[in-house]
Amino acid sequence: MASQLLLIEQSFNSRYSVDVREALDEFSDSFTITDPSISGHPIVFASRGFLKMSGYSKDEVIGQNGRAFQGPRTNRRSVMEIREAIREERPIQINLLNYRKDGTPFWMLFHMSPIFCKKDGRVTHFVGVQVPISRKPRRSVNGIERNSVDLCEDGSRLRGDILFGSCRREVCSDTLVELGRVLAIESVLDSDSRGLDIEESCEASDVDKQRAATAFNKILSVLTLHSELTGRLVCEERCSLPEQSLLSSSLNISLGRIKQSFVLTDPHLADMPIVYASDAFLRLTGYARHEVLGFNCRFLSGVDTDSVTLNRIKESIRNEQACTVRILNYRKDKSSFWNFLHISPVRNASGKIAYFVGVQMEEGCKNQDGHGLSPEMRQLSAVGAVKVAVRSLSMGADPSKS
Amino acid sequence: MLRIKRVPTIVSNYQKEEGEEVARLGGGCGRNCLNKCCIQGAKLPLYSFKRQNKIVGDRCLAGPESREPPVDFLESLLLGEWEDRMQRGLFRYDVTACETKVIPGDYGFIAQLNEGRHLKKRPTEFRVDKVLQTFDGNKFNFTKVGQEEVLFQFEASVDGEVQFFPSAPVDVENSPSVVAINVSPIEYGHVLLIPRVLECLPQRIDRDSFCLALYMAVEAGNPYFRLGYNSLGAFATINHLHFQAYYLAVPFPIEKAPTKKIATFDGGVMISKLLNYPVRGLVFEGGNTVEELSNTVSDACICLQDNNIPYNVLIADCGRRIFLFPQCYAEKQALGEVNAELLDTQVNPAVWEISGHMVLKRKKDYEEASEENAWRLLAEVSLSEARFEEVNALIFETIACIDNGKGGATHSSEGEIKTEEVDAITSGSQRARVSGTQECIVLQ
Repeated sequence: MASQLLLIEQSFNSRYSVDVREALDEFSDSFTITDPSISGHPIVFASRGFLKMSGYSKDEVIGQNGRAFQGPRTNRRSVMEIREAIREERPIQINLLNYRKDGTPFWMLFHMSPIFCKKDGRVTHFVGVQVPISRKPRRSVNGIERNSVDLCEDGSRLRGDILFGSCRREVCSDTLVELGRVLAIESVLDSDSRGLDIEESCEASDVDKQRAATAFNKILSVLTLHSELTGRLVCEERCSLPEQSLLSSSLNISLGRIKQSFVLTDPHLADMPIVYASDAFLRLTGYARHEVLGFNCRFLSGVDTDSVTLNRIKESIRNEQACTVRILNYRKDKSSFWNFLHISPVRNASGKIAYFVGVQMEEGCKNQDGHGLSPEMRQLSAVGAVKVAVRSLSMGADPSKS
Repeated sequence: MLRIKRVPTIVSNYQKEEGEEVARLGGGCGRNCLNKCCIQGAKLPLYSFKRQNKIVGDRCLAGPESREPPVDFLESLLLGEWEDRMQRGLFRYDVTACETKVIPGDYGFIAQLNEGRHLKKRPTEFRVDKVLQTFDGNKFNFTKVGQEEVLFQFEASVDGEVQFFPSAPVDVENSPSVVAINVSPIEYGHVLLIPRVLECLPQRIDRDSFCLALYMAVEAGNPYFRLGYNSLGAFATINHLHFQAYYLAVPFPIEKAPTKKIATFDGGVMISKLLNYPVRGLVFEGGNTVEELSNTVSDACICLQDNNIPYNVLIADCGRRIFLFPQCYAEKQALGEVNAELLDTQVNPAVWEISGHMVLKRKKDYEEASEENAWRLLAEVSLSEARFEEVNALIFETIACIDNGKGGATHSSEGEIKTEEVDAITSGSQRARVSGTQECIVLQ
C-alpha cells in the first residue's frame, strides 16, 4: 500500500539528514534497520551487504518484516527470544538460521539493538546486524557443548577468507592468529556445511560477536551524527523516560498494535488524565499526542455536549461499570462529530482496576473493515485487546515499569 | 478400574451436576440449545478460513500490494464477541479480577489465584484408566450449551478464500464446528473449539479435528493465543470432543525449554524432545504444509489413544510448535501414589498447568508459589525416562509406518531411534496395534 511505503520513507527522512543512506551504504556489513512504530514492524533500510548476502533486491526487502527471511528450519524458540527482546526493547545476540532468495539456508549471528530518541525516550528504530557463521558446536561425550576450540594452534589455516567472503577481509592483521584458530573448523571440509544438510545448530565465535558489535557501533555513530543534524538526536540507551512514562514500554508497544481510536485514562491520578492515546484517536480528533497526554477527556466536550450524557459517564465510572453513550465531541479545529463512545474498566494483573478504556467511533464513518465485522464488534474487540495487554504485561517484573 | 474424585469445572451455564442431568426425549427443551429441538433456524456468525498450501510464515516475500499485514480478523471477532458476553454477564466471574503473577525464576511459571472457578460441591467420580470411552448422551455435552454461549462457527472455506458472515444459518447437514465460551475462564478469551458439534464425537483426536484446531491457531496469527487438548485420563472431564484456547500475552515456561531434535520426516516435520523441563514431552515443528504437521501430530495422538496412554497437547507459536505430553498423574492419584501435600493444592495438571500456567484455589498456595513447587508438582505428572522412551518408540513406529509410504524418515546423527526399529515395520503387528484408525492403513 502506498501509505505504508510513505511511512517507511518518512521513518528515515524525518529522523536523519538526507545523506544518511549514502553514509550507511559505505559499510559492507550486512544489517537492516526496522521501525517498530509502523504497523508490521517493517524494514526501512537494508544495507548492500544484506542484499548481497540474501540475494534480494532493495525493493523486495523494504517493507518486509524480518520473519520473511526465516524458513522451515529456523529455530522457533530463537524466534520467540527475538520477539520478546523486541517487546521488551532490549538488545539480543543470537544464532539464527535464515534463508536466501534462492531458498538456501544459512546461519548467522543476529545482533539486534534498539535505538532511542534522546528527547522522549521512545524507541525509534531497531538495528539488526547479521554476521554469517558456520561453526558447529563442539560436543563432548556427555552431550555438554563446549564453546572453546580445541584445534591446532596453527595460525596459517586461513581458509576462512574464502569461506566468509567480503566481511572477513576487513579483519585487521593482528588478529590473524586468532582468526586462524577460529577458522580451523572441520566443518569447512564437512559436506554438511555446504548446504546439503544444514546443521541443526551453529555457534558464533568471539570474533563473530566482536564483529557484530563493531558493526553496530559504526552504524550507531552514523545514525547519531545524522540525527544530530536534524535536531532529533538518537542514542543507544534510553536517556529519558518515554512520554508515556506512566505505562511500561512493552504495554505501549502492545497497545500500539490496536488499530481503533481509543484512550486509556488513569483513575488513580488527579483528575483522571489520559495516559495513552492511539494514533487513530489523534487522527480522529486532530490533536498531537503531547496535547492530550496528561489531560482529562473533558477537552473533547464543547458547548453542545449534553450534560446528562456526561453525568452518565461519570456515574458508570464511579460504579466501575462499562457503558456506551452517544456524545457530541469536538476536534481541535472546533468541528464537532457524534461519537459512539464505549467506556470500560480495565484491570491489571493485581485484579484491581488500573485504567478505564474509552473507544471512540465516529457516527457515519464508513466501515473500514472490508470483511464485515460490525462497528460495535470492532469497538468491543479493542476493549478485549486492551484488557489482554494490560493484564498480561503487568504480570511480571518489568524493569521499565515505573 | 481406576477412578479419582474431583469436582468438574463448569464450562457452560447449562451444565448441571451429575444426577441433575435428565435425558431429553426430543421436543422443545424450553430454551435455545444446539440440539434438534432448538437448532432449526438458528443463526450464528461464521468465519471460514482458507486452507493454505504453504506453511504460514514462509510466505514468499509479499508483493508490494500485500505488504500490509493481514487484518487480525479472527482475533477481533473472538475478542469482540467474548467481551460482549462478558458485558452480558454470561461468565461465572470476572477472570480479570483474579490476581495473577509470573513467578520469579528461570522459566517464569505463571500462577493465578482463582477462588471462584471451583465449586464447593460434591466431587464426582471419573474413570482414569480408559482414554477412549464411548459418548454418553445422558451426560453433559456441548449440544446442551445455550446458543448465546456460542460465539461463531468455524469452518474451512469452500472456495478457498477467507470469508465472514455475520449471521449465517447453522447448516446442520454440514456438520458445523463452533467456538463457545468457557463460563469458568482461566484467562481472558477462554473459549472451547468443538469440532462437528452435532455429531457428538467423544473426546478423542482424529486427523480432521486436529487440523481444524491447528488452523485456528494459524488464523488467529497471535503467538499468545494457544490451543490445548486434554485426553480422558489426563483431566478432560467432558467426553465430547473439544479443544480449549485463550489469550495470555507472556511466554509460557514450556516454550522456553530447550529441545533436542530426534528425527525429521519426509513431509518436513521435525520432532524434538524437551530437555530440562519437569514433564517429558515431544515437540513437533516444521512440515511443508499445515496438513503435514497436523497429520503427524494426530497420528502420534491416535497411537497414544489406541494404546490407552493419557496425554495432553499444546498448540503454540501460531500453530508452528506443538507439544505432546503423555502423562500418568491421574493413574498415580487413583493408586494413592501422589504426595498428600500436592493433592491438597487440588491442582489437576492438565495441558495449561503442564505448560506452566497454574490456577490455584487457595491463597496460601498462591502466596507460596515458587518455581521449585511448580517443578515438583509437574515432575509427578511426567512419565519416567524409561516409560517415556517406550512410549516414544511406540509413537515413532506408528509415524514412521505411515511416513514410510512416502519414503522414510531421516534421523539426526545423535538420534536415539535405532534404524532397525524403524525398518522393522511390516504390515503385521504394527498395523494391528493401531488398527483402530483407518488413517494408518491409507498410505500415500
